[in-house]
Amino acid sequence: MWENFGFEFVNYYFIPGLVLGCIYALGAIGITLTFGILRFANFAHGEIMMTGAFLTWTFLEISNIFLGFYMHPLIACTPAIFIAIFLALSVDRYFYKPFRDSPTIIIVMASFGMMLIIRSLVQVIWGPNQITFVKGIAKPNSYLKDFSSSMDMMLLVPSKHLFIILGTIIIMLAFNYMLTSTRIGKAMRAVSDSPDLAKVTGIDVEQVIRATWIVGGFCAVMAGVFMAMDTQFIMSTMGFRMLLPMFAAAILGGIGRPFGAVLGGLVIGFAEELSAYPWFGNGPLLSPGYKSGVAFSILVLMLVFRPSGILKGRVF
Amino acid sequence: MSSIKSIMTVKDLFAGYGETEILHGINISVNDGEIVSIIGPNGAGKSTVLKAILSQIKINQGSINLLGKNIVSIPTSQIITKGISYVPQTNNVFVSLSVEENLEMGAWVNPNNTQVKLQEMYELFPDLGEKRKQPAGSLSGGQRQMVAMAKSLMVDAKILLLDEPTAGLSPKYRSEIFSTVRKINGSGVPILMVEQNAKQALGVSDRAYILVDGFNRYDGTGDELLKDKEVARMFLGSRD
Ligand SMILES: Nc1ncnc2c1ncn2[C@@H]1O[C@H](COP(=O)(O)OP(=O)(O)OP(=O)(O)O)[C@@H](O)[C@H]1O
Ligand SMILES: [Mg+2]
Repeated sequence: MWENFGFEFVNYYFIPGLVLGCIYALGAIGITLTFGILRFANFAHGEIMMTGAFLTWTFLEISNIFLGFYMHPLIACTPAIFIAIFLALSVDRYFYKPFRDSPTIIIVMASFGMMLIIRSLVQVIWGPNQITFVKGIAKPNSYLKDFSSSMDMMLLVPSKHLFIILGTIIIMLAFNYMLTSTRIGKAMRAVSDSPDLAKVTGIDVEQVIRATWIVGGFCAVMAGVFMAMDTQFIMSTMGFRMLLPMFAAAILGGIGRPFGAVLGGLVIGFAEELSAYPWFGNGPLLSPGYKSGVAFSILVLMLVFRPSGILKGRVF
Repeated sequence: MSSIKSIMTVKDLFAGYGETEILHGINISVNDGEIVSIIGPNGAGKSTVLKAILSQIKINQGSINLLGKNIVSIPTSQIITKGISYVPQTNNVFVSLSVEENLEMGAWVNPNNTQVKLQEMYELFPDLGEKRKQPAGSLSGGQRQMVAMAKSLMVDAKILLLDEPTAGLSPKYRSEIFSTVRKINGSGVPILMVEQNAKQALGVSDRAYILVDGFNRYDGTGDELLKDKEVARMFLGSRD
């Protein structure tokens, strides 16, 4: 076993951990932005992810019917992104905006309600069952380097994983550029810093809030599509199941800290995958069934010992 | 005699927080070219007057005129657009943004001349030029106050409202801020300033109002108030 340690570890634990981490990181960005700028924990965030994945699937099927082939999911997700962002903006306008000046708990409850409403609507439209994402296309693995003819001594990176990792890196770079170098991005940081000061400075806070939904919605859809590409299926509960690790990532990184969320997402992704590695003996350290418990444990430990997160976010 | 141009007039203002009324009929006016101070004990309602002008709190009665137009019940963002610049008493810089980003945010309502304005601000506050890339939260109290003032001057203000610009500062910074206030005023911006350092404030002010418990108590020119025995005993004794 030990002579293959490096490859086995990288292929079956490190790369999947990195991929999962990328997905969580993208999802956690939206959660942490909403918290920083609108000051509430948005339970409906996972549903935007899930809806984006279902819409993308729908556009894939449409392309198959009308064009005779499946587009790449990263092309099919473009209209899905617009629709999901429109959905997020509408939800804000009609369900959250009326509660802007109400106690936080009210808007949190509103988002909890939205979570149930959106999921139920998706179940009405697409059904409650699991759907295969991209039928019939078994993506071949890409072998980055052939160290020997032995299967055990190769770096295996499926092309879907390359897409996910590279896609996430590009989104992160763009996101970083926006926050540090554009007017609206700086205003987002300003509002996150102090909404009251932003108001008396004349910053159009509602415009900043809309930008937040657009960025958060975009990242959420990308996370949902990446998740669907990775697992090859979608279902209406996928958003909800990712909510806990995404919250854990956001809190781990420091709530309201976008780059903390990225870091937190990667840590949670790795922790979940690596928890199943046979660190001692032959069996997995933790049965893969306990994966989601890992995120939960990290969340609890963080809240107990360092509630401000790695990058010192807000404590509430 | 040249005619006096009124910039802002607060008339019979009743305002407060929710059900609690704090201001019970306040009158304040600022004319072109003036520095006007509001002084008075803690809790007198000085900051509340500025918040009312900014439309941040509930106004029950009265009027606030800016250049002849009533601005009561106009949303805060529009009041800023109309030319009122405001530096709050506390929490007046974006701590996680750099000095330069703070100033850029100050120019939000009119970003066209940002580069020119930035240069002007770095001339007015040379310290800030050196620290332009540092987060405002890492600066000393005096420097933060300068960031806050520079940020509010990034747009062409018709009037500048300052809430205790020298609170908690060392004597050196205090004098520096007062002389900057004079300089800003010298460049043609009328100033309405709340101050705790009453003597120094009266020294730089054309006129001043003394508020107590939400009422006007005294007003007059800076010199008149400085010479008034009762004012000196009640409001200037304990400080400075
Ligand atoms: N957000 C608020 N909600 C309710 N009451 C408030 C609020 N802010 C201030 N007050 C009350 O309004 C009154 C006037 O406060 P204000 O801040 O205007 O005083 P001030 O004259 O500026 O005093 P200081 O010199 O301490 O700054 C005080 O009694 C204060 O307790
Ligand atoms: Mg005050």
